Amino acid sequence: MSNSALLKSSLAKKYWMSITGLFLILFLIGHLAGNIPLMFEINRETAHGFNEYAKFMSENPLVQIVAWVVKIAILFHAVDGVLLTMQNNKARPVKYKVENANANSSWFSRAMMPMGLLIFAFICIHLVNFWAEMHYGSIPTYKVRGEEYRDLYTVVMKFFGKDELAIMWISIYILGMVALAFHLIHGFQSAFQSVGLRHKKYTPIIEKIGYAFAIIVPLIFALIPIVIHIRVNG
Amino acid sequence: MKLNLRIWRQDGPNDSGRLENYTVENVSPDESFLEMLDELNEKLVSEGKEPVAFDHDCREGICGMCSMFINGEAHGPDRAITTCQLHMRRFKDGDTITIEPWRAAAFPVIKDLVVDRTAFDRIIQAGGFVSVNTSGNTIDANALPINKADADNAFDAATCIGCGACVATCKNSSAMLFVSAKVSQLALLPQGKVERQERVLNMVEKMDEEGFGNCSNTGACEVECPKEISLDNIARMNREYLKASLSSEK
Repeated sequence: MSNSALLKSSLAKKYWMSITGLFLILFLIGHLAGNIPLMFEINRETAHGFNEYAKFMSENPLVQIVAWVVKIAILFHAVDGVLLTMQNNKARPVKYKVENANANSSWFSRAMMPMGLLIFAFICIHLVNFWAEMHYGSIPTYKVRGEEYRDLYTVVMKFFGKDELAIMWISIYILGMVALAFHLIHGFQSAFQSVGLRHKKYTPIIEKIGYAFAIIVPLIFALIPIVIHIRVNG
Repeated sequence: MKLNLRIWRQDGPNDSGRLENYTVENVSPDESFLEMLDELNEKLVSEGKEPVAFDHDCREGICGMCSMFINGEAHGPDRAITTCQLHMRRFKDGDTITIEPWRAAAFPVIKDLVVDRTAFDRIIQAGGFVSVNTSGNTIDANALPINKADADNAFDAATCIGCGACVATCKNSSAMLFVSAKVSQLALLPQGKVERQERVLNMVEKMDEEGFGNCSNTGACEVECPKEISLDNIARMNREYLKASLSSEK
């Protein structure tokens, strides 16, 4: 039974939700660190630095493995979320006529599924915009000391700066980050609770760190396209 | 005061049910909520109508029978009380009060506001006990040294009256607060430690089988619980279950 217990039971689904969620939080830190240079002053050094980073990310075998683990974690987290939601809906077939849920819980703690769906849609759009473009698109190349680099930097600058739909893309990216922020405000501390990591002394600290993380990280992500647009056009 | 009531009426488990409107007059602010419903039922009986079926027993907040979802909250708007401890001074003249039964697939409606909560009993039967030989050589509980903090936490968990407000309140109709309180009160004490692994595995398995939902950690259950059972218990159950599923040979 203990085998099936770690896969099928209600608690096991929450353990997987928690583990994949915490892993994706780590991914966010790495992803943010790699993309912050996009906000630097536009010049050849920034551009080449970023393109070197992009080349490393798309060619290093270890990074490739981690990239696939991230994709699997996202899918696992999403599918697990859908399964949990389906079970939860089945557990209450008749709804209340009057329900004052705000009296006892926050709206975003109850909206993990809708926020998750928005984030998933955002990830799909984001992958089509850049990941697919980098791997399968036609990106202009240039050579430095015999090595060929794809100029992803210029593609990003055009996309958020000069593209005729730039404002629409920026809005979508901001919306995606708002959804991520609300998902994280509840999700960060919830991931610790789900695996039983709760402590009178440490839980309040985890909650504060989670709150700060949930606001600061999506905020910086959202600032990247805005800063690019201003720099390119200003 | 005069109040407008919208009460869920359902003839039996297979009836689809509907909200019906009633008016009660001369309600005293000193009355309890159940006394107000008693008056309504007396009026209905005198008019030759079917009284509203609702569960109640001790009327002093310890039996956990008076399951009612009042104006969108389990046991009404006040904290840390059951419906029988809710008083009419909490309402104003002319208020409309909507009263619904607990809503959960695992708690089917029997009639009107009465639901079947025997799913909780079956979870207890699956492991919420200690197997003690009572043939005369039982060790006196006071002879076992127990850490004060553990004794206090176990006692706090044991105050759960199994009313089902946690299930009723949870957006997922999850029974985690109830089950975790029962797992905790035994896991914390030496008498319960012997069977702690099978207990948590069996009780969670039963809970899933009964069709309760999953925990989203919204914390609504803790807020609405009449006995203020803490989310600490759910975390403890999560730990117990993780350890048990990794190490139990069952």
